[in-house]
This record gives sequence, structure tokens and C-alpha cells, in this order.
Amino acid sequence: MARTLVNVPKVAKQGEVVEIKAMIAHPMETGYRIGPNGSNIARDIIRRFTCTYNGEEVFSADLFPAVSANPFIAFTLVATTSGTIDFTWTDDAGKTQTASATITVN
Amino acid sequence: MHEDPLRAYAGLVGRRQFLRAGMTGLLVISLPRWAVARPSLDEAIRTFTGGANVLDGRVRLDLPPLVENGNAVGITVVAESPMTEDDHVRRIAVFNEKNPEANVVVFHLRPRSGHAMVSTRIRLATSQVVVAVAEMSDGSFWSSRASAIVTLAACIEDLS
Repeated sequence: MARTLVNVPKVAKQGEVVEIKAMIAHPMETGYRIGPNGSNIARDIIRRFTCTYNGEEVFSADLFPAVSANPFIAFTLVATTSGTIDFTWTDDAGKTQTASATITVN
Repeated sequence: MHEDPLRAYAGLVGRRQFLRAGMTGLLVISLPRWAVARPSLDEAIRTFTGGANVLDGRVRLDLPPLVENGNAVGITVVAESPMTEDDHVRRIAVFNEKNPEANVVVFHLRPRSGHAMVSTRIRLATSQVVVAVAEMSDGSFWSSRASAIVTLAACIEDLS
């Protein structure tokens, strides 16, 4: 669906709080703008963002049209075990885009 | 005995009241569609909290006081919480005063978040107040508000 960019530290200490950044290329069309032909441009937004750590959901967000185009979200997680962190974005039509990153905890 | 339904209606409402109703109707029609539909800031917060009392403090909303471009305004919300299983932040929501929709974003946090700190970029249609509300695991709600002056507004640019 779209290009994504996630930033997860490669290595972390056990119990360390790490910052995660996630962004997706998306217009986040609000549905309130009027196009050149005088009619409203159809709404098209990312509704939901979830982050799972080794399969367990650790963070999620509900987005509304007031979130900027190319939604960027930064949050924190406790590094517990080495593994993968998966990101999922879901849009109005139910289409999803995923991204993942690996983290090594020592 | 049958009364003329129109006469009965006019008698019931009264001329002045009838005129006033008409004016209100016109005013409502002349407003943009979203201006009528959106709930106020306080109503939106009440919907989120389920009517619970919202206290000031424990949350900090960072919003630039002067915004040059309302299409992307960086915000950070930090809530004071140890983020343990017994005492953590469950949700952090952001609301605005004058955009077409009152909701901006709702974050769902867990004890595994470590810190209650989230950042994102939002749209502001005009100079207004933005409120962040945090729901703690004990069911209490805390809020922080900040206002921004917006020089270039979001949502109004011409696409032609």
C-alpha cells in the first residue's frame, strides 16, 4: 500500500526503555477539502496503528483526520527479549500495511 | 368540529416564535456542514471519559505556541506514571477546539511502554486550544491544555 519507515534500536540492554519511531507515506485525506471540480475529495485516512513485540500487542493508536499526512508516531517500549517488533497500519478501506524490525537484547 | 390544521399550527406557535425559528434555520443552513456536526471540546472529552471528573496535572502537552504551518504541528504528550502493572497510563487522547472534528488521536499504552511519552504530528485548522487527556489504570483522568497561534491553516488550501 505504501512506503513505511521504522526506527528501532538494533541493540538494547535488558529492561532498557527504547524509543520507537514509525512513519508511513499516506495522504491522510480528510474529506473536508474541496477539489478543483467543486466537490469534496473523498476521505482516505489511516485509522489504526498497532505495534506488536514478539506477537504481543504493546502499543496502538486510533488516528483521526486531524493527524498530518504521512503520519508519524513516536513512543517507548521496554526491551525485554530479543525478537521482532511488527508494525501494522490499517486504512479506511481495511487495507493494511506492515513493517517489522528486529531488536537484540543483551 | 374540524379546525384548519394550518391555522391551528400558527395559533400554537405564534408569529414571533415562528419567525425566530425560521431565522435559526437559515443560520444553521448557512454554516458549513461540519460546523454544525462537530461536538464541542468539552463534549468530546466527556465522551472519552464517560462523564468522569478530569483533573489538571500529571500530564504535559508540548505544543509550539506559534505555528507557521498548521498542516504538520509536532506535539509531545508526557504523563507522570511509574508504568507498573498496578499503576500505569492506559490511554492518552488529544482533542482540539476548532478543527472540523474534535478528536485528533488516541494512544493505547501498556506497562510495557516503559514511559508514558508519545509524539506525533497533527493538523490545526486555525488558532485554537489543544487538550491532552490521560486515563490512568485506576480510572482517573488527568489533562493538560495548550494554545497555538496558527499563521498558515491546514485544510483550506486551494487545490486548483
